[in-house]
Amino acid sequence: MTGVVSVENLSVVYDDFRALDTASVEIGAGESFGLVGESGSGKSTLLRAIAGLAPASEGAIHVLGRELRGSRREKAFYRAVQMVFQDPYGSLHPRQTIDRQLMEPLAIHGIGDGERRILKALDEVGLGSGFRFRYPHQLSGGQRQRVAIARALILEPSILLLDEPTSALDASVQAEVLNLLEQVRRDRKLTFLMVSHDLGVVTHMCDRLAVMQAGRVVERLSSADLVAGRIGEDYTRNLMVASKGFRRKTA
Amino acid sequence: MSALLTVEDLRVSFPTRTGVVEAVRGVSFTLGRERLGIVGESGSGKSQTGRAIMGLTPPHAQVTAKRLAFDGIDLLSAPPKLRRDLRGKRIAMILQDPKYSLNPVMSIGKQIVETLWRHEKVGRAEARKRALDMLAAVQIRDPARVFDLYPHEVSGGMGQRAMIAMMLVAGPELLIADEPTSALDVTVQLEVLSILDRLVAERGMGLIFVSHDLRLVSSFCDRVLVMYAGRIVEEIAASDLANARHPYTQGLLNCMPVIGADRHPLPVLDRKPEWAL
Amino acid sequence: MSLATETRPMTRREWLLSDRPQSRLQARLGRAYMTWRRFSANRLAVVGLLILLGLCFVAAFADLLAPHSPVIGNLAGARLLPPGSEGYLLGTDDQGRDILSRLIHGSRLTLAVVVLVAIIAAPVGLIVGAVAGYAGGWLDAILMRITDIFLAFPKLVLALAFVAALGPGIENAVIAIAVTSWPPYARIARAETLTVRNSDYIAAVRLMGASPARIVFRHVVPMCMSSLIVRVTLDMAGIILTAAGLGFLGLGAQPPLPEWGAMIASGRRFILDQWWVATMPGIAILIVSLGFNLLGDGLRDALDPRESGQ
Repeated sequence: MTGVVSVENLSVVYDDFRALDTASVEIGAGESFGLVGESGSGKSTLLRAIAGLAPASEGAIHVLGRELRGSRREKAFYRAVQMVFQDPYGSLHPRQTIDRQLMEPLAIHGIGDGERRILKALDEVGLGSGFRFRYPHQLSGGQRQRVAIARALILEPSILLLDEPTSALDASVQAEVLNLLEQVRRDRKLTFLMVSHDLGVVTHMCDRLAVMQAGRVVERLSSADLVAGRIGEDYTRNLMVASKGFRRKTA
Repeated sequence: MSALLTVEDLRVSFPTRTGVVEAVRGVSFTLGRERLGIVGESGSGKSQTGRAIMGLTPPHAQVTAKRLAFDGIDLLSAPPKLRRDLRGKRIAMILQDPKYSLNPVMSIGKQIVETLWRHEKVGRAEARKRALDMLAAVQIRDPARVFDLYPHEVSGGMGQRAMIAMMLVAGPELLIADEPTSALDVTVQLEVLSILDRLVAERGMGLIFVSHDLRLVSSFCDRVLVMYAGRIVEEIAASDLANARHPYTQGLLNCMPVIGADRHPLPVLDRKPEWAL
Repeated sequence: MSLATETRPMTRREWLLSDRPQSRLQARLGRAYMTWRRFSANRLAVVGLLILLGLCFVAAFADLLAPHSPVIGNLAGARLLPPGSEGYLLGTDDQGRDILSRLIHGSRLTLAVVVLVAIIAAPVGLIVGAVAGYAGGWLDAILMRITDIFLAFPKLVLALAFVAALGPGIENAVIAIAVTSWPPYARIARAETLTVRNSDYIAAVRLMGASPARIVFRHVVPMCMSSLIVRVTLDMAGIILTAAGLGFLGLGAQPPLPEWGAMIASGRRFILDQWWVATMPGIAILIVSLGFNLLGDGLRDALDPRESGQ
């Protein structure tokens, strides 16, 4: 097995609803991999199952050569894998300053030198130290997402799970955040696993992608194939057409 | 084309603890029986413009305008009763998420019938028939079944179609759609849009389409107003969008990642303070 | 904006309201100041706060303020004097004791009861509720069934049973009231926890590798605090009344302690002829209860998390 993240025949079942149905993906070191699908396709569930936030009922997950069982993870896992969530308004604690939220992971892992690391992390995401003692409600959506990225990066992970990181942002802010993500990936040689419903975003950010529908992976292809129209499944083709925008049917 | 709606120097402001926030600062346009798009990012005042026309601005906000007239009726000086009668009957609004805009404890059919009864005196059987026709018109395959369903029993796309049916059943002349498809999946989005498109064309309604998505709006509307910081910075024919002059419009068009365009990094908007003047 | 702040020194108010705090202290004070501004905008809430500050002041300086001894009366010359009598502003009771002095000293008991109940019941309820809500599963089921059992009895009846078992006295009354008043707090804390536990920011903390205890105590509990503080404040009036009720039934503070409820009880024998003996402590209870209710209302507006987001 060569992948840093490999998911084999993973299923997640809630009561009698199969959110994820024998899905498999494999992601190589330093790769940027996209998961595309519509709501209910299981793309976010797959991401959360890897992170231990959704219960895997069947199948296997390997991250960095270690098998992960249940939703329990070792501390080393959290230093290697971090996540950025979709909703910038919901992913920061509303009653804690940015400083406190960035300090928390360092405190949990007993990492010293907090002062310098926090300033460096804020600087890296383009926020500067002026933002350090603000509360989330004093920031815009894009700024919050930058804080969330800083929080994920402060433990210096090698794998970043991105759950629709820009879908709640305005288009111009989305461009800034996508550029930032690309920048940190280059600088830190990160592996990305990115979930999005937007084919444009995924082909822009990822080398390879998996198209998901109703809990299953229906197609795996490279972004280049998608752009060139070398598509195997009708569902993918539909998504592709839909993402080009509205066309009036001329009578 | 006679003007269905005339808006002149519309202003909406919210008094807050730290001072007055002006959400809309002097917006003017006229609308005939056409499809007009209003585009802008969050906080640009696009939604508040739509709400002010509809009369749905929160009570503590102040709405002023030199002229805000619908078919010759001055909306700002109209008595509340007349305003209520207009709302739904002649001006209708579709909101973003059907989950929140449909009444969760009333069946879909009943809600449509109630809307109809509020504006017209029709018999029970007649109302039911018109509601079913309307559900069929929004391409719901089995209207009789959906009529008795509750909003939580249908999907997002179906809910939004039911919402459109409810809004159009009284036959309004002006429809304000505020991000009507943003909560839907892309493939469903297109279906809903084509239904909306057909109905607007068939019935000769005026449409104001409020959205953050410049591309979507330009492919759907005849004319586009681009808003920034409460003002209209550019008005342009949708077909002519590629030649937009204002740097904000150009920036909005350019910053979207496009399939097949290999641009790393993406161009970002360089906001100039003078745009907001 | 930054230019302006550099060229001229900030006023204290601007410093507090700054959008870009420079230190932890400034951020915290700024937040507290915003809460205070929301609170003080409500006149009645400020009245409530003043009443309670007054109560604290009276309790602290009871020895200096009281004109007479609260327990030793003048049986020979000053029995059942009406309000306004020479030297006895609110009159005297059947033992010839100055009612004003007894009320002033009684404020200590009232305050002690309220504070002790609050610091016993609120944390118990908070911890039980937050742990149950966050853990879920069987732990949740067990803790909440216990809570339900306590909730199933009327508060005063349960308190009566406890005092009857433990023996009458002010300490046992406090314990009895505390034991009977934590379950509603557990319910509130659990409800708040349930809305918070599935939020992304808690998921983010889990992904940092935080232990469940750390998540509950450092991230979940602060989110429950504001609604709990409001509820406890509003409950204070009820607690005072329960304490008074126990005192009235002779199961709370024992004579000659000047507990307000017990004072009403002893005054009821002459309620028709010497009305002031029972009425004065009643008015005291009324004012203090009102103070807590007004304060609670104001806190509800000031601490509402939806408001503080703006």
